[in-house]
Amino acid sequence: MWEYTEKVMDHYRHPRNVGSIENADAVGTAGSLVCGDQLKIYLKIDENNIVTDAKFQTFGCGSAVASSSILTEMIIGKTVDEVRKITNKDIADELGGLPPEKMHCSVMGYEALEDALKNYKTEGYVDLDEIKEENTSNNEENKIICTCFQVTKKTIIDAIKTNNLKTVEEVTNYTKAGGACGRCKADIQKVIDEYYNGTSAQETQKELTPTQWILKVNNIIETQISPELMKDGGDVELVDIKDKTVYVKLRGQCSGCKNSTMTLKLFVETTLKNALGDDISVVEVN
Amino acid sequence: MEDKIIYLDNNATTKVDEKVLEEMLPYLKEEYANPSSMYDFSRKSSRAIKEARGKIKDLLNAADEKEIIFTSCGSESANTAIRGFLNYDKSKKHIITTKIEHPCVLNVYKMLEKQGYKVDYIGVNSNGELNLEELKHAINENTALVSVMWANNETGVLNPIEEISQIIKSKNKDTKFFVDAVQVAGKIPIDVQSAGIDMLGISGHKFHAPKGIGALYLNSKTMMTPLIIGGHQERGKRAGTENTPYIAGIGKAAELAIDNLDYEMTEVKRLRDKLERGILQNIYNARINTGLANRVPNTTNIGFEYIEGELILLHLSDLGICASSGSACTSGSLEPSHVLRAMNVPFTSIHGSIRWSLSRFTTEEEIDYVIEKLPSIINEITSISPYQNELKTLKEMKMSQAN
Repeated sequence: MWEYTEKVMDHYRHPRNVGSIENADAVGTAGSLVCGDQLKIYLKIDENNIVTDAKFQTFGCGSAVASSSILTEMIIGKTVDEVRKITNKDIADELGGLPPEKMHCSVMGYEALEDALKNYKTEGYVDLDEIKEENTSNNEENKIICTCFQVTKKTIIDAIKTNNLKTVEEVTNYTKAGGACGRCKADIQKVIDEYYNGTSAQETQKELTPTQWILKVNNIIETQISPELMKDGGDVELVDIKDKTVYVKLRGQCSGCKNSTMTLKLFVETTLKNALGDDISVVEVN
Repeated sequence: MEDKIIYLDNNATTKVDEKVLEEMLPYLKEEYANPSSMYDFSRKSSRAIKEARGKIKDLLNAADEKEIIFTSCGSESANTAIRGFLNYDKSKKHIITTKIEHPCVLNVYKMLEKQGYKVDYIGVNSNGELNLEELKHAINENTALVSVMWANNETGVLNPIEEISQIIKSKNKDTKFFVDAVQVAGKIPIDVQSAGIDMLGISGHKFHAPKGIGALYLNSKTMMTPLIIGGHQERGKRAGTENTPYIAGIGKAAELAIDNLDYEMTEVKRLRDKLERGILQNIYNARINTGLANRVPNTTNIGFEYIEGELILLHLSDLGICASSGSACTSGSLEPSHVLRAMNVPFTSIHGSIRWSLSRFTTEEEIDYVIEKLPSIINEITSISPYQNELKTLKEMKMSQAN
């Protein structure tokens, strides 16, 4: 018998905001029938980016229903930006805690919300992580670690980061990864080790402070890349830098140019790689 | 009604019969003598054990009460039989068992595989019935042991033990046959002689004795090395001072099981069938997971499509109704029941599978109450499922079938 809090019991006995919303502004799902739990969340968002209504449908156990139910209560009335900051830990905390083996239910709530907001764009909002994901679909983070439950490296790292997880067992409780055949347990351990010890590449970057790193990248763009593009009537603007990924916007002639991507990949990336190392990647922001 | 318990989880454990408790009490109070002692005071204890052994012999129709060994539980019976026999005779390294065994047996074979044994796991069809052809082909001259449960704990489906025994002996006379009979004791007649069984394990708390007592039948031709080494108890096959009160208890429970066998096979079966019919008639997304397979009289396993089992159990529990589920969420294992997966129960209903198991203490009122209350619980849970379209199609299909 699980030790559920009064709040968990209240929410699975009397779930709030059950159902769907026609013409929802954002819809997100997480989980699957095969895995034994699925959550679908519907959001209504007004012109001020405030979530005015939220509804859910859940196939799952008591804690899955309670997590979904309380999540809808947590987000109604909040702005999209506030909602984006909600983590699985917040959901579990709001319920007064969940048994360790059931933490994955709160993660499912977080994932459904993330999925819903991924499909929703407020005016002028640019989700850098998403653009990066789209641009580098084969990247390391999308690698499936647990094939039984289709858990990606990103999901595992997110759970480690948010909940300060230290062991494979904890990762299994939060993400289900490793909970079936168990063959991926060694890989999960590697992800944990990598997260806490950092890779060698990250270490070299750590020698510079984030500001120093940005200045260094910007310096190369200004002195080596921008002047070259200007010769063709275009220019490049640095939008953001996240670790080794550089987000840039093209201006002028280049932006409409069919070959802009090629220009970027071949010229900007090569120049940056030559100056900063081979692990640099460049992402175009429209 | 909330304070009342409707206990439909008798395959997990059972209520101790009052008569069993009465039989035990003297040995927990005044008759505390060690049955192996040499004074008059120990006579009653040693007689109680002899008597209990005789009653277990009767329950199993063993040839001799010397073939009965008392253990602490079903798991110990299985471990003693399997490992005890294989430790005694190490000449053959092949074992055959089934995919649907209880973990207390299955995990022993997983361990033996690591020690160099080759283990074949025989599959079942979608009703949960064993593939006897597969079993037949698997037996060879190197097969030391075949191990098959009499009835499955989750589905109640019976395996044709006598037929399996004949298959084994026709292929290899030296192969021993172990039967996990934990789920059949007190539910159907057991005859180890006519069924051709070499070793058979039972557990007291599954037939109204307390937890902490089991028994193992080991026929006189089957040798073993004991697991627990120590004193001379149980003819040197299981050391440790005899647990007199519990042995007296399992003996009484065996006697009562024999007395109630007819009731179990008629009345309990009638109530089980009534529950099953009541659920199927009133709930469109319910399906019997075992089809028309031959089952013990007290068990039914019903899948509720597109909803999840733990949630059903939690809502039932609010009404005092106890059942169990093959859902991943209830076990903490993250995977649904290995038995239902071996049967290829569709994913739409595997997570929403509920096992109902009755006993001779189950009443008609209790069954009526469940039949009355269950539809609204299922309806409520179904209404929050994300699979509304699939459910609608299912409902229409069921209604057109009914017309």
